[in-house]
Amino acid sequence: MFHRTKTLAAAVATSTLLASSLFAGELVINTDTSDPAPKAAFEALIAGFEAENPDVKVTWNLFDHEGYKTSIRNFLTADAPDLANWYAGNRMLPYVNAGLFEPVDDVWAEHGLNESLASAKGSMTIDGKIWGVPYTYYQWGVYYRKDLFEANNIAVPTNWDEFKAAGATLTAAGITPITIGTKYLWTAGGVFDYLNLRTNGYDFHMALTKGEVAWTDDRVRATMANWKELIDAGFFLENHAAYSWQEALAPMVQGDAAMYVMGNFAVAPLREAGLTDDQIGFFQFPVINPDVPLAEEAPTDTIHIPANAKNKEDAKKFLAYLARADVQTQINNTLGQLPINSGSSVGDDKFLQAGYEMLSSTTGGIAQFFDRDAPAEMAKAGMEGFQEFMVKPERLDAILERLEKVRGRVYK
Amino acid sequence: MKTYWKKNQQRLAPWLFLAPGIAMFAIYVIIPIFQSMSISLYAWDGLGEKEYVGLSNYVELMDDDAFYTSLKNNVIWLVLYMLAIPAGLFVALFLNQTVRGIRIYKSLFFFPFVISQVVVGLVFSWFYDPNFGLLNIALQAIGFDPIAVLADEDWVTYGIIAAGLWPQTAYCMILYLTGLNAVDPEQIEAARLDNAKGFKMLWYVVLPQLKPATFIAMVVTVIGALRSFDLISIMTDGGPWGSSRVLAFYMYEQAFSEYGFRMGYGAAIAVVLFLIMMVYITAFLVKMYRDERGL
Repeated sequence: MFHRTKTLAAAVATSTLLASSLFAGELVINTDTSDPAPKAAFEALIAGFEAENPDVKVTWNLFDHEGYKTSIRNFLTADAPDLANWYAGNRMLPYVNAGLFEPVDDVWAEHGLNESLASAKGSMTIDGKIWGVPYTYYQWGVYYRKDLFEANNIAVPTNWDEFKAAGATLTAAGITPITIGTKYLWTAGGVFDYLNLRTNGYDFHMALTKGEVAWTDDRVRATMANWKELIDAGFFLENHAAYSWQEALAPMVQGDAAMYVMGNFAVAPLREAGLTDDQIGFFQFPVINPDVPLAEEAPTDTIHIPANAKNKEDAKKFLAYLARADVQTQINNTLGQLPINSGSSVGDDKFLQAGYEMLSSTTGGIAQFFDRDAPAEMAKAGMEGFQEFMVKPERLDAILERLEKVRGRVYK
Repeated sequence: MKTYWKKNQQRLAPWLFLAPGIAMFAIYVIIPIFQSMSISLYAWDGLGEKEYVGLSNYVELMDDDAFYTSLKNNVIWLVLYMLAIPAGLFVALFLNQTVRGIRIYKSLFFFPFVISQVVVGLVFSWFYDPNFGLLNIALQAIGFDPIAVLADEDWVTYGIIAAGLWPQTAYCMILYLTGLNAVDPEQIEAARLDNAKGFKMLWYVVLPQLKPATFIAMVVTVIGALRSFDLISIMTDGGPWGSSRVLAFYMYEQAFSEYGFRMGYGAAIAVVLFLIMMVYITAFLVKMYRDERGL
């Protein structure tokens, strides 16, 4: 019995207690950027900052990605660092509401960020104040096997009928049109976001995630009906509920599946698995309703100053440094993502260029992601419902009613 | 002062020796139970102000499909996990012989219990994998359709329990092996003289002597079933769409997971889980009490 006393509490109590006696000029940064590319990007970022500010010594605590989501709650209240990374939109709302983040309007005003970071200002603003500095974002869309498309004479689909036709051709050739792994749910959220953005548009999508529209609304049903068309046509990988998003990459690499509705971070593992840039392509999610302006999904990552930080002065210096055009160019080249600063340049990578082109011409609006736009509890219930719908589409009514019940409780 | 100590030494000493244990038990077990009960009456995200909501968390629980799914799965776990006891007994009887290298076999059978539950979960996830998993290769070889055990709401709980039974059987086996060492050879001899053998020998002579081992095996198995968490978290994360959750996992999800932080609601689930355990703990205590009094 003893060996199994590894209980739930242990998982929660993994708060790293940091040295609380700090001398002036020491800057503590907590991040969850533990994957190779983000880690290298932050190493360079911190080294650059220290070189320009020799009087500041940076202490950097690196957390693992999953653990960070619970640790941040502990360290923000108990022993706050001077800076911590997090996400824009509704994901930062609980900390803003609890008074754990510091508004940084002054940094924005002083360094002209209102102009240079204008595109992300909306998602950084809550209650009329700005709560952090965004440093990177990346596009979502459809990543596909170019060689499989060519082998089956399929042109890149731009509208719903072409998309469905492409799927039919692929299915006939024994290839699953779209691979997906929904074990951790959020991948299904991405598909829903795009279907809803294309069917009903950005404003409706935002109203839905803000809880202003009923889940049983006919417009939601229209989105789900479009989704059902794909499900009935056998678009999605079988048994997707058993796979994580990484595991679902395998069929695409092996040539058994042709498309993946994903964020740009999927490119790196596809390349590592041996696909060349001639084999991987990217296209914008096709138009469903031609009357709806195209909106895209592009989650933004951010850095914040905790309200309990000890060295806010240097923290603000760091934010100003992070917001600079040249710094954002450099960090995003390492990350393989897109800079927020309008003066930054985008890397040569063809996917970054494609994403940049798509996002800078987007007129319909930019969504963060289902679980960042909707509050946590709604997001969880929603994505669980989407997963169930993808396997048991006949339960649509029960699922929507369940979500409506959650909506009634979450948004008060 | 000194005389008071002298007079009451006999009465006070046991309490002094018990004090550290009592203090620990109170701080880490008793007080948190009451804290959970009190938190379950609030709506609280763990950060902001607590808001008193009376019994509304429990009212919501009564109307929550996910709660009933978890409860049902908990019952399935409790019942099926008991299979570990006869299975462990069977393996123990099988291994309780003196052949060359038996110790190696014993340790091999004990092996799944030594490795972490996380590893067990991963091994079984691969075993069940719809594409390359051994299970489906075997099923297809004998002409059945493949089953994606972990993606099917009807199979998933049974699939995880089967994974859990692997180490749990090993645990029960080791308990019975030690028990078998203590079986009185004279009684076996006497039974032999009376012509008892096979199943009758096992049922009437060996098993009664293994009663303490059976009791412990039952205790650890029930506890194992009720705290089943790591396997679910690793193998399915509660899915597909929440159909493999048990109460402990649902509580964790509501209170501490990425999309949770409803401390009050999580605490309410914990209280329900506690009440279920209480039924069992009471039965356990009653039995202990009777045994102590030699009934």
